Amino acid sequence: MTEPFEPVIIGFTCNWCSYRAADMAGTARIKYPPNVRLIRLMCSGRLDPMFVLKALSSGADGVLITGCHPGECHYLVQNYKALRRYLLLRRVLGEMGIEPQRIRLVWASAAEGVRLAEEITRMVEEVRALGPLNWPGRTNGHLEALEQAAQQAEGEPV
Amino acid sequence: MQRISIDPITRLEGHGKIEIFLDDKGNVANTYFQIPELRGFERFCVGRPVEEMPLLTNRICGVCPEAHHMAAAKAADAVYKVDPPPTAKKLRELLYSAFYVTDHTTHFYALGGPDFVMGPDAPPAERNILGVIHKVGLDIGGKVIQARKYGHAVIEMIGGRKVHPCTSIPGGLTKGINEEQRQEIEKMGRWAVDFALFSLDLFNQIVLGNKTYVDLVLGDVYMDRTYYIGMVDDQHHVNFYDGAISVVAPDGTEIGTYRPHEYTDWIAEHVEPWTYLKFPYLKKIGWKGFVDGRDSGVYCATPLSRLNASRGMATPRAQEEYDRFYDTLIAEEGERYTTTGMTKVVHHRLATHWARLVELLYAAERWVELATDPEITSDNFHSVPKEKPTEGVGIVEAPRGTLTHHYWTDERGILTKVNLIVGTTNNYAPISMSIKKAASKLIHEGTVVTEGLLNMVEMAFRSYDPCFGCATHSLPGQMPLEVKVYSADGEIVEVLKQFC
Amino acid sequence: MSVNGKPKFAMYWAAACGGCEIAVLNIHEKILDVDAAFEVVFWPVAVDTKYKDVEAMPDGAITLTLFDGGIRNHENAEMAHLLRRKSQIMVAFGSCACEGCIPGLANLSTIESVYETVYQSVSTVNPTQVRPHTTWQVPEGELHIPEMYPALRALDQVVPVDYYMPGCPPESHQIEAVISLVIQALAGQATLPPKGSLIGVGTSTVCDECPRTRNVKTIAKFERIQHLERIDPELCLLEQGIPCNGPATVSGCNARCPQAGAQCIGCYGPGPGVIDYGARLISAFASVLEGEEPEQIERGLDSLPDPVGQVYRFSLAKSLLKATRAVPEIPEEEPHAAHQH
Repeated sequence: MTEPFEPVIIGFTCNWCSYRAADMAGTARIKYPPNVRLIRLMCSGRLDPMFVLKALSSGADGVLITGCHPGECHYLVQNYKALRRYLLLRRVLGEMGIEPQRIRLVWASAAEGVRLAEEITRMVEEVRALGPLNWPGRTNGHLEALEQAAQQAEGEPV
Repeated sequence: MQRISIDPITRLEGHGKIEIFLDDKGNVANTYFQIPELRGFERFCVGRPVEEMPLLTNRICGVCPEAHHMAAAKAADAVYKVDPPPTAKKLRELLYSAFYVTDHTTHFYALGGPDFVMGPDAPPAERNILGVIHKVGLDIGGKVIQARKYGHAVIEMIGGRKVHPCTSIPGGLTKGINEEQRQEIEKMGRWAVDFALFSLDLFNQIVLGNKTYVDLVLGDVYMDRTYYIGMVDDQHHVNFYDGAISVVAPDGTEIGTYRPHEYTDWIAEHVEPWTYLKFPYLKKIGWKGFVDGRDSGVYCATPLSRLNASRGMATPRAQEEYDRFYDTLIAEEGERYTTTGMTKVVHHRLATHWARLVELLYAAERWVELATDPEITSDNFHSVPKEKPTEGVGIVEAPRGTLTHHYWTDERGILTKVNLIVGTTNNYAPISMSIKKAASKLIHEGTVVTEGLLNMVEMAFRSYDPCFGCATHSLPGQMPLEVKVYSADGEIVEVLKQFC
Repeated sequence: MSVNGKPKFAMYWAAACGGCEIAVLNIHEKILDVDAAFEVVFWPVAVDTKYKDVEAMPDGAITLTLFDGGIRNHENAEMAHLLRRKSQIMVAFGSCACEGCIPGLANLSTIESVYETVYQSVSTVNPTQVRPHTTWQVPEGELHIPEMYPALRALDQVVPVDYYMPGCPPESHQIEAVISLVIQALAGQATLPPKGSLIGVGTSTVCDECPRTRNVKTIAKFERIQHLERIDPELCLLEQGIPCNGPATVSGCNARCPQAGAQCIGCYGPGPGVIDYGARLISAFASVLEGEEPEQIERGLDSLPDPVGQVYRFSLAKSLLKATRAVPEIPEEEPHAAHQH
């Protein structure tokens, strides 16, 4: 019997609100799936779209971004920047064949541990239903094939 | 079967190679001219906004991006059914005329010219721009560099950059020129006219003044009787930027003219599995293979074709040269008047070099005409499109052939489909035939394959200026060629190389 | 051509348009300096050497090779390997070699869809769906053309590269500067930058070289340049709503396009250390666009007609994702030489 697909999701969480929410979920022993690997940023506005691309191209099946509610950003307005980057990035990713459900932005305050756990659970199931993304398996393998072919070609006259 | 491979051909966009097969007697059984490359612009331009097409299609060719830029601009205008203001059209055509001067100069001096100035049998090391300079004087190199420099200065002034111009948008341009720039452009244009006359004079002395060359030009090694197409204005004079496409038969009869949106009634493309490039042909005649004559749809689109498909040049001194061209060559051929009034058609492929110089002169004269037009410095260089974008075709004459851009867009002006028929592509079948003809005439049973032979096979396609010009510089401008002759069991019998 | 021990120079085009060659020749009289300082041993557009002659050279015999064009097919890859072996310094010259350039947009499609588009186009008569074959038997013998790879690649995705000279094409004044530097370095009068550097570029973004007036940028939406009643000749194009890539693009070109009234399309690529150009531009546009409510932002983004083309126009092949999901791995290759005889 094959094992169910366990998505790997990278979660970029802002230090002030959503990381504390995740912490709270942990201390309150609220169960949420272990599929999300958390990476703490000082602010959701620190999210460089490159982080999302790096996560996906390195093997993640999904990326979760969490931050403070609009109006509550510790650094005032940076979460709006995160929101705009996220919305534009999702459009670009959509045109490259990556389903929008694989990237999610969630606002959560420090007290919303339960809600955050629910959001995470929901996302894991959505990504599980989509299946693995397997990006590096798709595009980096060819580099090895190229190198092999090049080594073979090197022994030949051009 | 013996086989001679010529690989790679250079002075071509990307790469190309020729395979010559010899029968048991050592005569040419067949030749195949293969294009090994495809990048897929017609595919990946889908999804792009139509206003980017003049920028994206530039990158089809960095030697003639101006041609793609203009065809794309006109197609984008057509998509929006917007008519740019006269100043915009004149500025675009002015840029285009200056571009023609640089491009035709490059081909004549670095590619075609050396064969005549030095001679097809001259030692390979001398058969290039350096040899030309030594033979006719150091002055020439400087003039050629100057012609390119002036042309690119105009391209930059109007087009924003020297390579891959950026100022054409649907409805016109993003900028105009001021009086100071206009004066500079006019001055450079007048110099270009003198340079063109000088170049024609050079051709007269060196080629037409030499019986061996005249025989070569008028002989039957480099001749096929095909159809010809070229853009003409309302007076049926050659125009590079705008007009209708005139089609003439091998005997000079005018078959008809078509406007850009009608091109699919006239031009179709044939696919072969041994090459990535397609073979355009005249739809009404049909694809009959690599043969010439009235019953074969094979046609040419080159400077020679443009002269053949027209009734004259739109500027005075170019018209004089046009008359002299036909009087000289037709007298030899004996083809004169036809019932429709089209008087002249020249089939000799090497005459394309001369036709190219006639066009050089016209381009320079047109450069001055437009630079002295009273509307050229107006700041009315753009009309905002008002119609919804749908579909449009833009055609210009690229230096090496008629260039067609066809776009379909959605209601936002995003490309949903793209069809391109590019300059050299028109000539893929005739070039293949010229190569076969030359090889067949030059290689027979018992022929010793020499350096001169290699060069004469090259000359078969070089007159078409296949997409790539080598801009002038002081380095030898030779074609690298290697000919390997194999015996029937695959052993190499002879290897001949041509390099400096 | 003299052969008196001058350092050897080569320039080669892979899947290229030739604009880089023209840009080199547009240094006009300065090309004589190249001729004086180097022996040009391989430059298919200009010089009469063939692949066999390059093969016959000892490894490392060529001091400087400028390699332009992307790696689209097997022959391009072979030439990249060959020239890497024969060259001491190999420069990825121009946008195609540095990051794939505009032909890299083909990575948004599969090869099959490229063939379908090209060989069944509206003007093509091909009822039997003929497609190109890498090997084809004709009555006289066997013909070969190189195999296309499923994705277009930049040069350093195939061989190690010493320097990157971006631009589509690199501007001629930068080419002059780099050639002068190399000539001086060979004479021991200058040192070359560290291997792996971007050369022929400035130290900032295109905005820094652009003479237009810049204020605080906030736009409600993007504009299509053809629909503006008038392009203000003084004001920043992005502030007028025209999607200009200046903020994400490395300087060095003198911002010629914005000076001519046209938006920067990003042909010089990212600055040093930037892994993904598109990500940079996404951040820049996100900073400029107004909006705090998702609906408002989405409406603003609707006005950007082609997000993936806008951010990855030149850099898709070198982006982190490299190609659209449908593009498969390159299959294992049969060993064969591209130049069958």
